Amino acid sequence: MIKSNIKLLVLSFLLLISLKPLQSAEMVDPIKVEWSFKGLTGTFDRASLQRGFQVYKEVCASCHSMQYLSYRNLGEPGGPEFSEIEVKAIAASFEIEDGPDDQGEMFTRPGKPSDKFKNPYPNVKAAIAANGGAYPPDMSVLVKARKGGANYIYSVLVGYEDPPPGVTLDDGVYYNKYMIGNKIKMPNNLSDGLVEYSDGTESTVDQMAKDVTTFLAWAAEPELEERHRTGVKVIIYLILLTILVYLSMKKIWSRIDSEI
Amino acid sequence: MSEHEYTPKSKAGKWFNDRLPLLTLGAHLTDYPTPKNLNYWWTFGGILTFCLITQIVTGIVLAMHYVAHADLAFASVEHIMRDVNYGWLIRYIHSNGASMFFLAVYIHIFRSLFYGSYKSPREVIWIIGLMIYLLMMAAAFMGYVLPWGQMSFWGATVITNLFSAIPLVGDSITTWLWGAYSVDNPTLNRFFSLHYLIPFLILGLVVLHIWALHVPGNNNPVGIDIKKPSKDTVPFHPYITIKDAFALLVFMIIFAGFVFFTPNVLGHSDNYIPANPLVTPAHIVPEWYLLPFYAILRSVPDKLGGVILMFSAIFILFVLPWLDTSKVRSAVFRPIYRQFFWILVIDVLMLGYVGAMPAEGIYLVLARVGTIYYFLHFIVVMPVVGYLEKTDPIPMSISEPVLTGGAEPSLARKINDKV
Repeated sequence: MIKSNIKLLVLSFLLLISLKPLQSAEMVDPIKVEWSFKGLTGTFDRASLQRGFQVYKEVCASCHSMQYLSYRNLGEPGGPEFSEIEVKAIAASFEIEDGPDDQGEMFTRPGKPSDKFKNPYPNVKAAIAANGGAYPPDMSVLVKARKGGANYIYSVLVGYEDPPPGVTLDDGVYYNKYMIGNKIKMPNNLSDGLVEYSDGTESTVDQMAKDVTTFLAWAAEPELEERHRTGVKVIIYLILLTILVYLSMKKIWSRIDSEI
Repeated sequence: MSEHEYTPKSKAGKWFNDRLPLLTLGAHLTDYPTPKNLNYWWTFGGILTFCLITQIVTGIVLAMHYVAHADLAFASVEHIMRDVNYGWLIRYIHSNGASMFFLAVYIHIFRSLFYGSYKSPREVIWIIGLMIYLLMMAAAFMGYVLPWGQMSFWGATVITNLFSAIPLVGDSITTWLWGAYSVDNPTLNRFFSLHYLIPFLILGLVVLHIWALHVPGNNNPVGIDIKKPSKDTVPFHPYITIKDAFALLVFMIIFAGFVFFTPNVLGHSDNYIPANPLVTPAHIVPEWYLLPFYAILRSVPDKLGGVILMFSAIFILFVLPWLDTSKVRSAVFRPIYRQFFWILVIDVLMLGYVGAMPAEGIYLVLARVGTIYYFLHFIVVMPVVGYLEKTDPIPMSISEPVLTGGAEPSLARKINDKV
């Protein structure tokens, strides 16, 4: 009796959930990409992360901040894993404001690995003013902050289209198939051959979009590889312990005449 | 409530126990006669204790690194995720732990509903349990505000605004809760303070909950009173401890699955956008465990009406022991009530589902039907079914499968007399 009731319960719940597609007809589902970091043992593609950083640095970073990352993160395990020398060179290529010094003056100096990523604008208002009234969101946790995650970010990057007939766009507004509401203030910044990859990979729009999305996914979850590795170990340990405890339980309960 | 008096063997033990009978308490807890037929639905008490301890321990560590300030909170959470050793693990355990805590508490509550554990003589256990549940909701809500993301901010705005529905003094109360004229830094500060306090109140109530349980002893799947200790009982240790440990480990595997492989699936992506009072999210939704109540709130077109109904949905549970007129505890022997029990489960799940959907069209209709049924179940179904239902024969004891043959056994009458 209870079993058939549970079946009924599950069925009616599934029925209810299947009503969902009636609701959201307007949104286009993002493209599904087979990311290397998906799944229980997913890891980042190291080369893709390094290329993605290059796209970020040469394209995105002129408008988007990434304030929660430090240059040292680029050399840490589980990330792009640039060498120590490379990280120092990357950091030193930025002029960072520091101070005040003994005279009470602010000064600039070359960046150090311990510095946070340099913001392109002095503050949010300046960023809004420079971008036609739209704030280019900070990209540190952007992948976690969007429904659809990495798939969504990638889709938006490759989703620029001419607006369908009947849709008029204001100046500085672009049509994007995957953006919520289809209107986006970020222009299509990617074009084939835009960056020159040092590893010789051909920089198609698709390749750059994938690389930079991989980089952003790592930036949002720098712990991902360690999390997956630890998770597998923890679950194996728990399963083994569960089996041992189950056998002990059987043994203990066998002392009395009862079903367990 | 074992019969024999415990005396420590060592002289020092006896000296201490005469002054503070901690050892007697320990002996009571290990010997505590427990019905031997408890099924796995009874393991959630232990699991919930584990959840509470986990939340307190991880929470204390998080509080060492978190900064309760509107300008710094979001950044301090990212600091925990990126720079604190295993900060990501501690935070993900804490945030997913809240969900696991509620998953367990809902199973625990529905277990009680199915087997009639709230009935005489266990009304006080039930009421303390509901107080724990209320405090859990308060703690979880305030905890969700602390990362100061968009959903934190707007969730806090929606929930605190509910109090403005109170006639005459509503606006003043809301301002008083905020400590400002909107959800702002003072709100965040007090929420942090209360979020740290409430778990310890819960801990105190858990002690009372277990104390109250140990007076009449556990209910059991058959729902009959049993002699303690007897052939029907086993000592708590090792029989129940090992069974609880096994169930807890299975629970931990699921818990770890969330923490390590989908740590954000139960949260809302908008909460990784820093709070912005000028931008309202498209859909403001609470965490999943509050959705049924959110659906009830939104099913009423009038704000005050919705608030009253939502709070009534919880407070009606406090009088449940007196709304249920049945002489039989366990739904195993209540063929009619059992059907209604499962309808209630479906109803609550449906309310939770529509709570996550926009309040319009079919969802609004479902929310209203679900809300009406929810109250009908407690106000009409429980008292009426209790009177009219012809219950199945009840066994005389757990060990004896022999049935008494009648739906009106002396045992059932005995239960009734106590009411």
